[in-house]
Amino acid sequence: MNVVIASGKGGTGKTTLATNLASYLALNHKVVLSDLDVEEPNSALFVKGELQQQTDKFKMIPKWTGECTECGICQDVCAYNAIMQLGKHIILHAQLCHSCYACSELCPIDALPMEAVQMGIMNEAKTPVMDFIESRLNIGEEQAVPLIKETSRYVRDNFPDPVIKIFDAPPGTSCPVIEAVKTADYVILVTEPTPFGLHDMSLMVGVVRDMEKPFGVVINRYGIGNDDVLDYCKREGIEVIARIPNQRQIAETYSRGELLFEKFPDVKSALEQIEQHLFTLNREVVS
Amino acid sequence: MKIVFTTKGKEMDSMMDARFGRAGYLLMYDDDTQQHIVYDNSESGNAAHGAGPLTAQKVYELKADVIITGNGPGDNATATLQMANIKVYVGAGNMKVSEALLAFQQAKLTEIKL
Amino acid sequence: MRNRLKEIVVISGKGGTGKTSIAASFAILGGEDVVLADCDVDAADMHLLMAPEILLEEAFFSGAIAKIDPALCTGCGLCDEACRFDAINEQDGKYVIDPLNCEGCGYCPRVCPENAISMLDANVGDWYKSKTRMGTPMVHAKLGVGADNSGKLVSKVKEEAKQLAKTEERPFLLVDGPPGVGCPVVASLAGADYVVIVIEPTVSGIHDLKRVQELIAKFRINSGCIINKFDINHEVTSDIKAFIADAGIDHIADIPYDTAFTEAMTIGRTIVEHSPDGIGKYLSESWVKIKQLIQLESEKI
Repeated sequence: MNVVIASGKGGTGKTTLATNLASYLALNHKVVLSDLDVEEPNSALFVKGELQQQTDKFKMIPKWTGECTECGICQDVCAYNAIMQLGKHIILHAQLCHSCYACSELCPIDALPMEAVQMGIMNEAKTPVMDFIESRLNIGEEQAVPLIKETSRYVRDNFPDPVIKIFDAPPGTSCPVIEAVKTADYVILVTEPTPFGLHDMSLMVGVVRDMEKPFGVVINRYGIGNDDVLDYCKREGIEVIARIPNQRQIAETYSRGELLFEKFPDVKSALEQIEQHLFTLNREVVS
Repeated sequence: MKIVFTTKGKEMDSMMDARFGRAGYLLMYDDDTQQHIVYDNSESGNAAHGAGPLTAQKVYELKADVIITGNGPGDNATATLQMANIKVYVGAGNMKVSEALLAFQQAKLTEIKL
Repeated sequence: MRNRLKEIVVISGKGGTGKTSIAASFAILGGEDVVLADCDVDAADMHLLMAPEILLEEAFFSGAIAKIDPALCTGCGLCDEACRFDAINEQDGKYVIDPLNCEGCGYCPRVCPENAISMLDANVGDWYKSKTRMGTPMVHAKLGVGADNSGKLVSKVKEEAKQLAKTEERPFLLVDGPPGVGCPVVASLAGADYVVIVIEPTVSGIHDLKRVQELIAKFRINSGCIINKFDINHEVTSDIKAFIADAGIDHIADIPYDTAFTEAMTIGRTIVEHSPDGIGKYLSESWVKIKQLIQLESEKI
């Protein structure tokens, strides 16, 4: 089962939930946690695993052989200004390349064969109770989507059901998030009960509905703000699966990079409720 | 020597544009003739990606020797400038073009090593 | 000293640190001196505090989407073979574009023997020129879901806001920046005179602060740090102070944990309006300090 944890707004507790939920479920089930926030993966700060393997991740970009007829087709066809012809010289801006292969395949003298270049790394770790996969995009690399896609596929291929796969998605609603949500069986939207939380969650609700994904909401820092999020969910027929109460001590524990559910019974019961909910969704997996 | 400035306007008393890739204009001053020409850089500015490289390519086509700008080009533009052997001076983002020229001539600007 | 527009950008690295709330308070404190630009275009929130009245709305185009004319399509499938993004699918003997996957690379029109494919400019969002409930000119935007968040919309918002600052003769452009360290942030930093980094003293916060600092150092922009909720972790707060001192980042303020932050937001007000003598004081003092730091820098030139 693929559970994706997303939020729309940053800072609502997505990573907090993903790391705690995964660690809690791992006590009784086989679990793998994957951090798909490849531009700024943070989960490793809370899930201290032992590194098993580090793999380079590649994207395909053209490599210039040195020959040029100055036809200009490569620059003309590139939608991203990633390849330029300056006189007899071809310059490639690897970070801008979207790997569409157009210049490579349209070059009349085959002077731009595609080659693999490293754009990030994938770390595979093991904690005493679960597996943890994190991918990290090199700084300056523009394209998060290919790395998210590859990481997600790797996890799904190597940890087939009945392993529960928890994916920590990037914040926001732009294309990296879409990619992370694409293969979800279930999406958990984490929000906070404030105007910002409600606003950004409603954007994500639009997204998961467009993508026809079953989803539910977890309200974090419950107690601050107001009940507008609850009212909204009620009006929209959205299930609120659990609430994690606002407690200063929770913030302090989190600030130290510690998991929460062992120390805070309210967090633990919220995780139990989520587990129950997932169990109802997919009996054969969560048993 | 041909000097290109990233500017917000078309005259020597226009303000400099601190940005490189999305600079409004490229003003090229020839210090032999003391004349200048202006290139409207809005096409680069309108690019979603690669504004820096596009601007760098334009500077190359203008056959400039030196660029004077504010913050400096980003990584992607730098590759093009390196290849074209153009010297880049930064720190002139908050002044008029004529003042930037003076600062350059008085060696008050910083050259960045590409 | 010439009266030149000064651009202040507020960023945070990680989301949820209080960046937008703090930037909003600065906008109120700045009053008639400020034009506001909300560059946090992917899930923008500033408008929830500013209640802007929209005066102008414009569609924003970036990139492209392919479109296949079914009347011309012969079902040869060459487009599908060329497409690397799984964006072309066969349907009833012809081929159609999947807009969610289409990257707008422009390859397929080049291989279609029937010229059946065209590239259309993609309307990925909208931008707005508004006046806040305090009468402050504000430029903001809304990026569509699934859109490619390049720096382009951010740059557009900033440009328009700068123009407004000139025509309305306001000395400060205040920018609510995007989270992270990617292209949108780079675009928001371009041309900035001062960067305010808002962070929380957590392991995630300091981790992301370091990445932000790398980016700022590259652009050689002066910056200062506000540590929000500093008292939830004194140890990390010390680590942050040591780090910024070392990195040449100004230390602007330490703000204690206070429920007034969310209380204010919940009633659609900024902290300086809701709690001017409480938490608001830290922000009014910060605003004064930021202006002083900018003034000092500009006097060096």
